[in-house]
Amino acid sequence: MPPVTIEWYVALSVILFLIGSMGVLLRRNAIILFMSIEMMLNSANLLFVAFARYLGDLDGQVLVFFVITVAAAEVAVGLALIVAIFRTKHSINIDEINLMKG
Amino acid sequence: MYSDWFFILLFVVIVPVLAVAPMMMNRMMGPHKPNPIKQQTYECGIETVGDSWVQFKVQYYIYALVFVIFDIEAVFLFPVAAAYGVLNWFAIGATLLFILLLADGLAYAWGRGVLKWI
Amino acid sequence: MTFLTFLTSLTSEQVVFILASILTIGAALVVVTNRNLFHAALALMASFLGVAGIYITLDAGFLAAAQLLVYIGAISILIIFAIMVTRRMMQVSESPFNSQRGLGFFVAVAGFLIVAVVILQWFGGEAFAAKPPVAPAVLSNAVAALGVSFVNPNAFALPFIVISILLLAALIGAIYIAWPRQRIDPAEDEA
Repeated sequence: MPPVTIEWYVALSVILFLIGSMGVLLRRNAIILFMSIEMMLNSANLLFVAFARYLGDLDGQVLVFFVITVAAAEVAVGLALIVAIFRTKHSINIDEINLMKG
Repeated sequence: MYSDWFFILLFVVIVPVLAVAPMMMNRMMGPHKPNPIKQQTYECGIETVGDSWVQFKVQYYIYALVFVIFDIEAVFLFPVAAAYGVLNWFAIGATLLFILLLADGLAYAWGRGVLKWI
Repeated sequence: MTFLTFLTSLTSEQVVFILASILTIGAALVVVTNRNLFHAALALMASFLGVAGIYITLDAGFLAAAQLLVYIGAISILIIFAIMVTRRMMQVSESPFNSQRGLGFFVAVAGFLIVAVVILQWFGGEAFAAKPPVAPAVLSNAVAALGVSFVNPNAFALPFIVISILLLAALIGAIYIAWPRQRIDPAEDEA
């Protein structure tokens, strides 16, 4: 068994990103879409931390905090939009949310 | 290297055991004699009509939202507080600006009536 | 018996990494494939927990704590509250996949194959060796170093302020969007 190198982290991050992108592309429920986007952002964070550790530089970890914040702001506003859409259309199926106005 | 995390590992191992063991003991040691009256949802009272999954008020979602925003504020302020001894006046001013900007959001939420329990 | 010798040959770092990756990827697959929204949200929390374990193998203890605090403690709770507010989707009779599932599946598989080929070619390379060691003094001061770079004008002071404006905008915007309008829809109040 080889030692844990950066390739392991990159592979894990890519697999997590692909699972998240499959969730975004395939599922019809808007909340699952947001969960998948969170997983994709987590995979990006994983890469930031891994490279910060292997390059001996703390800036990657600082960027992770900003990514976490942007993810939280995105999910807060996005789920508020979902709640507002549910109130008018009584559905959060993304196949039915296809009008900019309504 | 991981000795600092040993206690976390202990929690990860012991807490599920503590949660599952009472349920398993209950299932193994308790008598199991079902009958139709016992299987009813309510022993006295009428059966519920429709789905028992009620819709929550939107206000609960907004409480959670305010919590998320200020949780992140705490995560940002913790490292700054840990470095407090080496900060200069610019750093303290930046931190105060950070707190004041988020206090604006709190004032907006308060004025909007979000913090009022319903 | 060879499996046992394989297990005993693993270092603690490998064990933690493998367990955390299995938790992360397995829970992520549950999120994408499960029909029950509530179970998907719980699996999402497990996936975040696995990522926190990966952070521990990378000597980023404070980030692991922040991951627990923000992702598991706050964002997952927000998602669960949103599920509770938008009920009716708990009925799992219809197909969980959207109308573009054919094209989406093709794109996802194609992306997976491309990246898998690249990774498999890359794994033989010697671009990076094992982890460089970190001095214990650096590790014990990591949180304070993060705090200094947050408020250092030569590092991240401007993004730090901009992030607070972003949080303010998100807070006000989300409250404005989600707050019920009693005047327009009085039935909403009894819901």
